[in-house]
Amino acid sequence: MTRPRRIAPALLLLAATVGVWQLVVRATGTPSWLWPAPSAVARAFADDDGLLARNGWVTLREMLLGFGVAVAVGVGLACALHFSTALRRAVYPILVASQTVPVVVLAPILVVAFGYGLLPKLAIVALVCFFPIVVGMSDGLRSADRQYRRLMLTLDAGRVDLFRRVELPASLPSLFSGLRIAAAYAAIGAVFGEWAGAGSGLGYVMQQAAPALATARIFASVLILTAMALALFVLVTALERVVVPWSRDAAA
Amino acid sequence: MRKRFGELLVLDGVDLRVGRGERVALLGPSGCGKSTLLGIVAGLDEADGGAVSAGGATGARARLAQCALMPQRDLLLPWRSALDNACLALENQGRSQAEARELARPLLADLGLAEFERARPSELSGGMRQRVAFARTLLAGKELLLLDEPFGALDSLTRASLQEWLRRALERERRTVLLVTHDVEEALLLADRVVVLSPRPGRVVAEIPVELPRDACPRRELILSAEFLELRERALEAVEG
Repeated sequence: MTRPRRIAPALLLLAATVGVWQLVVRATGTPSWLWPAPSAVARAFADDDGLLARNGWVTLREMLLGFGVAVAVGVGLACALHFSTALRRAVYPILVASQTVPVVVLAPILVVAFGYGLLPKLAIVALVCFFPIVVGMSDGLRSADRQYRRLMLTLDAGRVDLFRRVELPASLPSLFSGLRIAAAYAAIGAVFGEWAGAGSGLGYVMQQAAPALATARIFASVLILTAMALALFVLVTALERVVVPWSRDAAA
Repeated sequence: MRKRFGELLVLDGVDLRVGRGERVALLGPSGCGKSTLLGIVAGLDEADGGAVSAGGATGARARLAQCALMPQRDLLLPWRSALDNACLALENQGRSQAEARELARPLLADLGLAEFERARPSELSGGMRQRVAFARTLLAGKELLLLDEPFGALDSLTRASLQEWLRRALERERRTVLLVTHDVEEALLLADRVVVLSPRPGRVVAEIPVELPRDACPRRELILSAEFLELRERALEAVEG
C-alpha cells in the first residue's frame, strides 16, 4: 500500500512537467526540429516503433552483457584483492587510475581495435560498470567487524569458514550499492560505445537523427534509454531485497 | 589446569588455576584486564611472559581448540537466524547445515527459544540474543567456557533473570567455567570460587570460596541470606582494597 503512495510525488511532478512543456511549446510555436512537444515525441514513438524497438534491443543487450561481465570480473577481482594484500597494493592504484581515463577518448580506440560489432560496446559498458562493483565489494569484504573475526576463531573457523560465513555476507550491502551505481552507468556506457562507431543501437539512431533534424526521434531514444537504465536499477534493488533482507532490519 | 600471566601493562603476574568442572568468577573493576586475560586464555592473544595452559594445551592455537569464549557483545550474525547463529561452531567443524540444526534445536528449546529459531537477531530482545550467544558457545563443544561479562549490556531486571537462568543451565551442563564480571552478586551466584583482581595492572588480591545452598534456594532469598551478605561484604572489601 505504501509503494504507490511513495512514487506518487515523482509521477505527479513528471505529469506536471510534461503538461507545462506541451503548453509552452504550443504557445510559443517552437518548431518540432528545434524542441519537440511531448505530443511530437509520442508521434515519433508511433511512427518509428520498429526502428526504436530493434535498436533498443541492441542497446539493451549491450547493457546487460556488459553489466554481466562487469559483475563477474568485479566480484572475482574484489575477492582476489581481499585474499592477497600484495595483489591489492599492486592493483588498487591502477584500478583508480584507470577510472581517470575518459571513456569518450577510450571508445574510439576500442572501436579501432575491435571493430564495429558488439565487442567494443561490451568492453566499454563493462569498463564503466566494474569499478563501482569492485570498490563496493572490496570495501564490503573488509567491513566485517574485527570482533567477528575473533569470535569465529574461538568457534573453530578456518580462513574459508570466515570468508563464507562472515565476510561474504557482510560484503553484500556494499556490493549492492556498487551494483546500483553500475546499473545506472550501463546505459551511458552503451551509448558512448555506439557513438564511437556502430551500425545499430539507440546511440546510432540518435547520431543518424541529429543531422536529419529528427529531434523527436532523439527524445524518444533518450526516453527508452532512461527506461532501460531505470529497469535495470529497479531489478538490482529488488534482487537486493531478496538477497540481503537483513540490511533493512538493521536500518529500521 | 594451570594458567599464569605476566603481561606488563594490563596484567601483572596473575597466577590462577581452575580445576576441571570448577566454576571460577574473576571479579575486578573495569579496566583491570579481565577481558584481556580471557582473550589470552582463549588463545586469541599471547601473554608477554609467563605460561598459559588450557586442558594441557599451551600454544595459542591449541588453546583456541580447547576453549569457547562468549564475548561481552552477543556478536550474533545479523544474516543468520537464531538457530543458525547457534550452529556456527558446528558448521565450522565441518558438519552439514542440516546436521548442525538437528544438534542445536534441542538446546535452543531448552533455553526457551523454540519459537524463535527462525527469528533474525534484530527481532530478538537483548536477553534472547544473549541466550542464543550462550547456546552458540555451548555448542562449540569445548570443556572450558570463558564468559566475558555475559550480561554486562543488559538492564538489571533482565540480567537478574538471566543470571538465574545461567545458573540452572550450568548446573545441567557441567563444564569448567571462567566467568569475568564486575558484578559482585553475579560472581557469587554463579561461581564456586571468586577471584578478586586489583585495578590495573591486574593482580590477584583475594580468593573467596563460595559455599552457598544455591540449588535449593530461589535467587531472592539467597541474595538476602546472612551467608550471602557476608560473602558479598568480603568480596566488596577485597575489590576496594
